[in-house]
Amino acid sequence: MSNRVKNIIVPIMAVILGMLVGTIIMVVTGYDAVAAFTALWNGAFGEIYYTGEVIRQVTPLILAGLSVAFAFRTGLFNIGVEGQLIVGWLAAVWVGVAFDLPPVIHTLVAVIAAGVAGALWAFIPGLLKAKFRVHEVIVTIMLNYTALHVTNYIIRTVLSEKSDRTEMIKGTATLRSSFLEGLTDYSRLHWGIVIALIGVFIMWFLLEKTTRGYELRSVGFNQHASHYAGMNVDKNIILSMVISGAFAGLAGAMEGLGTFGYASIKGGFTGVGFDGIAVALLGGNGPIGVILAALLFGALKVGALNMPLEAGVPNELVDIIIALIVFFVAASYMIRLFIDRISKKGVK
Amino acid sequence: MEYVIEMLGIRKEFPGIVANDNITLQLKQGEIHALLGENGAGKSTLMNVLFGLYQPEQGEIRVRGKAVKITNPNIANDLGIGMVHQHFMLVDKFTVTENIILGKETKTGLKIDLKKAEQEVREISERYGLAVDPQAKIADISVGMQQRVEILKTLYRGAEILIFDEPTAVLTPQEIKELIQIMKTLIKEGKSIILITHKLKEIMEVCDRCTVIRKGVGIGTVNVSETNPNELASLMVGREVTFKTEKADAKPAQSVLEINGLVVKDSRGLTAVNNLNLDVKAGEILGIAGVDGNGQTELIEAISGLRKSESGSIQLNGKEIRNLSPRKITEAGTGHIPQDRHKHGLVLDFPIGENMVLQTYYKSPFSKAGVLNFKQIYQKAKSLIQEFDVRTPSEFTLARALSGGNQQKAIIGREVDRNPDLLIAAQPTRGLDVGAIEFIHKRLIEQRDNGKAVLLLSFELDEILNVSDRIAVIYEGEIVAIVNPKETTEQELGLLMAGSKQKEVGEQTNV
Ligand SMILES: Nc1ncnc2c1ncn2[C@@H]1O[C@H](COP(=O)(O)OP(=O)(O)OP(=O)(O)O)[C@@H](O)[C@H]1O
Ligand SMILES: [Mg+2]
Repeated sequence: MSNRVKNIIVPIMAVILGMLVGTIIMVVTGYDAVAAFTALWNGAFGEIYYTGEVIRQVTPLILAGLSVAFAFRTGLFNIGVEGQLIVGWLAAVWVGVAFDLPPVIHTLVAVIAAGVAGALWAFIPGLLKAKFRVHEVIVTIMLNYTALHVTNYIIRTVLSEKSDRTEMIKGTATLRSSFLEGLTDYSRLHWGIVIALIGVFIMWFLLEKTTRGYELRSVGFNQHASHYAGMNVDKNIILSMVISGAFAGLAGAMEGLGTFGYASIKGGFTGVGFDGIAVALLGGNGPIGVILAALLFGALKVGALNMPLEAGVPNELVDIIIALIVFFVAASYMIRLFIDRISKKGVK
Repeated sequence: MEYVIEMLGIRKEFPGIVANDNITLQLKQGEIHALLGENGAGKSTLMNVLFGLYQPEQGEIRVRGKAVKITNPNIANDLGIGMVHQHFMLVDKFTVTENIILGKETKTGLKIDLKKAEQEVREISERYGLAVDPQAKIADISVGMQQRVEILKTLYRGAEILIFDEPTAVLTPQEIKELIQIMKTLIKEGKSIILITHKLKEIMEVCDRCTVIRKGVGIGTVNVSETNPNELASLMVGREVTFKTEKADAKPAQSVLEINGLVVKDSRGLTAVNNLNLDVKAGEILGIAGVDGNGQTELIEAISGLRKSESGSIQLNGKEIRNLSPRKITEAGTGHIPQDRHKHGLVLDFPIGENMVLQTYYKSPFSKAGVLNFKQIYQKAKSLIQEFDVRTPSEFTLARALSGGNQQKAIIGREVDRNPDLLIAAQPTRGLDVGAIEFIHKRLIEQRDNGKAVLLLSFELDEILNVSDRIAVIYEGEIVAIVNPKETTEQELGLLMAGSKQKEVGEQTNV
């Protein structure tokens, strides 16, 4: 069996196994699994409204997934997506609140500000890695907390008068669209999905088709050979982190300019950044894989809200299923081994 | 029951290639059995099958007459089969003993009994004359010593049958002599050995029998006492091979590379290259001879920009290139076949095709305005693969999947093809078969004949004597003599390399 086929089968098996174990848990705890999954499905795709909500949920997940995948493909592990996302969110809202610009342009400027903010936040671990070989995982984790508290402070003191949220962004900066809302029975679907899909294309094109991507991948695989070949290793490490951070920042803009329209004080992380790790992992760090994985996670999250209503199953169960899927993906090494065994038997 | 190992009709396929096709190898008790074949012939694959790393599609393996299925290395271990791999598998930060007992720890209660293990390791080491210090850290010992640790590891696990995959490729001539001694001791102690090597001299010296494979197919087994190097070479290549490379006299012209008063420090901060002077002229091959660790690596790294130097000057075609970036130095007209092909030469996780443009990807026709042109890249790769006889299923295969020798040929193709004014070749034929060595030597000479300068670093005195037009002997970071290969002998070179400054030799040439 070729590696390509395996890369597709392994995540699918992980999903199936996750659902299977989820079913067992439901049965054991006395819930009706069939009803639960029906409710899940209906809650995600049963009505056009729900589908709109799923796509809205998927949008930041795609970008967060891209962020992790991009770093991973270039040899880095960006655990800091969450922090970069929060920073991007705040930057987008700031521009949305403080500036007076014509429509479209205002939105674009706010989106770009979010990307730049995320990129700058990721520049720090990139620089530390390049210059002092400090491991990016440690720095990015610490910067997640820093981002959380710094943005909270700014919201409280600069962007509001000791309130726990900012004003709404100006209408000129919003990603919201009455057209898309109308199309989906007044869900919160917004233009962000277009940006996310453009992001997917950019990641693919940049990595696979450009000389820059060639360098980034090369440095990710083998710094010594890249140095020998005349590439600037430090610069590429920093750049890889910066681009990854920009994707994360954009994910924040989706929330700030699309879903919410403001930024508020957060007691904890949004979780989207961490879900991005799971999305990238499940999607095999490829562009199409990230879209599909984000779709799955988005559907599970939105659909879950319907489970208590329709089937009386607590929606924490969906969190358990998601966790199980992630677990099985992470354990994909075992699944691969299993496939190898089976396909070998088939040959004999 | 005279055979300890019988591999009968083994077949192993990889996607797009049959690596082993109906190969039979029978190992007698107490013999050293050579396994000979061109690069990519399937030697490592066959041994990995025996060691349980790959499962054969067809064929049978018998150990002491009993048919067995070796589905993983643990089973091989239990059957008394040990393997010393082409690339070592040691943990740098662990001591010798810790590495050896890894996975086989002797415990008292829950605690690892390091003292006892150390004692055992010392005993085995003494018994086979390995002279390994059980407490040394792997990072601190030489490559030759590391190899002995690998040997110790197999012995500690009770191996009766030892597989050596190209053990001598990474060793200096002195270390090779010692290894051969060790192998003889092993045989005396009742072990049996399968030895993969490309060096026919070694086969003639220590082996009893030799099995030859060609392009994955078993050609047969011969008694070494009844054969000679020429016959072995033609058996394995399928044609006559000349060992002495024919070449016209060099016509050296202007200096291409001029080094004056160069000082380079090694990674520990000690002076490795000490006020060194050297020049290489257009139209000549300058060979650097020296015992490993006398500054040759640092010298080459300094010229190619991989390492910063302290002082002095390095001029290429009259232009100062010292401490420029590797890119600038490459663009100034150098090519570099690096000593360590896995570390510097290749991005193993790239397809071989993408590796072929490692220094030129940003130039036309391989890219335009920052966008790669894969059609051009793979076309180039395809023609290089053909020209340099790189055996690979396709140009899209990952470099990692190529055999060691074919990886090397790919690098050489890439560097020679750029046609640089100065070609630095550091151990270019390490791990290559005799046919490929002949080919590479011809290409180096061709570069020379085209008026290019070639700087050759090699630990093989044969190669240095055969290919160079002038030989610079390096000792403790200085060029201590420059000799004419036609007027010197291995003995004399050996003495110079050991540091005996013979004035007459030094004076008759312009150091
Ligand atoms: N894991 C792998 N996947 C795909 N092809 C492989 C793999 N390992 C080896 N091959 C192919 O099988 C063939 C035999 O390779 P092998 O490493 O056994 O050669 P070898 O005789 O040891 O050569 P060398 O002397 O250069 O080390 C080569 O063509 C190689 O490209
Ligand atoms: Mg090999």
